[in-house]
Amino acid sequence: MIRITKFIFLDILKNKIVLFYTILLAAFSWSAFSLEDNSAKGLLTLLNIILLTVPLVSILFSTIYIYNSSEFIELLLSQPIQRKTIWISLFTGLSLSLMVGFFLGAGIPILIFAPDKVGFMMLTIGCIISVVFVSIAFLSAIITRDKAKGIGISIMLWLYFALLFDGIVLFLSFQFAEYPIEKAMIGISALSPIDMARILILLNLDVSAMMGYTGAVFKNFFGTSTGLIISFAILLLWIVIPFFISLTKFKHKDL
Amino acid sequence: MIEVKNISKRFGKLRVLDDINLSLKKGECVAMIGPNGCGKTTLIKSILGMVMPDNGEILFQDNSIKNNFTYRRHIGYMPQIGRYPDNMTIGQVIEMIKNIRKSDDVLDDDLLRQFKLEALFDKKMSTLSGGTTQKVSATLAFLFNPDVLILDEPTAGLDPLASEILKEKIILEKQKGKLILITSHLLSELDDLITQLVFIQEGKMVFHKNLETLREETGEEKISKAIANILKQQA
Repeated sequence: MIRITKFIFLDILKNKIVLFYTILLAAFSWSAFSLEDNSAKGLLTLLNIILLTVPLVSILFSTIYIYNSSEFIELLLSQPIQRKTIWISLFTGLSLSLMVGFFLGAGIPILIFAPDKVGFMMLTIGCIISVVFVSIAFLSAIITRDKAKGIGISIMLWLYFALLFDGIVLFLSFQFAEYPIEKAMIGISALSPIDMARILILLNLDVSAMMGYTGAVFKNFFGTSTGLIISFAILLLWIVIPFFISLTKFKHKDL
Repeated sequence: MIEVKNISKRFGKLRVLDDINLSLKKGECVAMIGPNGCGKTTLIKSILGMVMPDNGEILFQDNSIKNNFTYRRHIGYMPQIGRYPDNMTIGQVIEMIKNIRKSDDVLDDDLLRQFKLEALFDKKMSTLSGGTTQKVSATLAFLFNPDVLILDEPTAGLDPLASEILKEKIILEKQKGKLILITSHLLSELDDLITQLVFIQEGKMVFHKNLETLREETGEEKISKAIANILKQQA
């Protein structure tokens, strides 16, 4: 398995898109930290950029890469290699290269300008979000054979998680503004990895004081270590579940 | 060596394989023939585990191939249309497969030399002609000295010279006692190669006979005429 992962990893590096992505993230991060006068503000600016670009690049690049690997997968399948090994290697190779890209691009400036708890958290969350969207890409790529359809599903999913979901939450909170929905909101935020990540970082940035009662309820949950563990566990579930479904489907796929 | 038991497969509404039974033994050279779209390639892919049959089971050396992958070590497969990663060169593809199989067996590079592929090692797969791609597929199928060779339309797209080289290689491997399974439409090419004939039509097996029996029954020397004869009798 390591041989195949290594092969895929090197193949992606040769592709240069990940290199370009790294440079882009580096440019964003350095300018975010240089423009703002304190590192907390810099982190906040960077957070918004990261939560928009990282999922987009991860999901699109992975989906297209999986479709383009169909020949490679077919070639390997006639060899004495387990299907599981091929699929997991592909996943590991993609996740690893996107994580390395994120780490080199955004991670280094974060560690230089904000080497504290929040900075470290942001780094971890950036890596997790990268893998979450690789995992979702695997799911959308296995659902259909049609490449255009698969990429379309990926774009829709990104739109949903990055933009639509916020809209739905906003709509709900206005509709049910009369009711005590703060606790339910915590549950709803688990339905989108991007929102989960955003809330986690915001609450650790001490800007929750400006979010009123909701902020206090959120702080009560996400601020505690139990809440922190639960939310990281949920983010990990966002990696495991889509990938596991795609793996089961891939095992029975006709090629 | 390979036992196919009651295999059925549907693609949507289309019934591609319908209760196929087949038994293939060591040392045989079997030709699988039938009209386009009759399920030959699907059957081959089922044996390779690339297509999952709906019913039935396939045994390789008495072990079910379901949830098994090590058996593929003993199979060399040459696909009808070889698809390879576009941005890899011939050399890289061959090197990668060698690397992944990490086989300690002596490699059989006869075809590599006879097709003069080493001179083309730096060429990208995407720039190759159909025939050259076929040569790469053939080389990979024979490279690891497998006990079973599955060749899907091996000579389609090859020039007469390359086609002759491949045929000689197949005969050589047959003499070593390997099981060889060929699908082909060029019946005239099969005359001096095969020992058995399997005829499939619309996903059903029409017959599986020894070449000798077939010749005796029909009184024809050429395979093409013998088959035409049988089809006429059935109609």
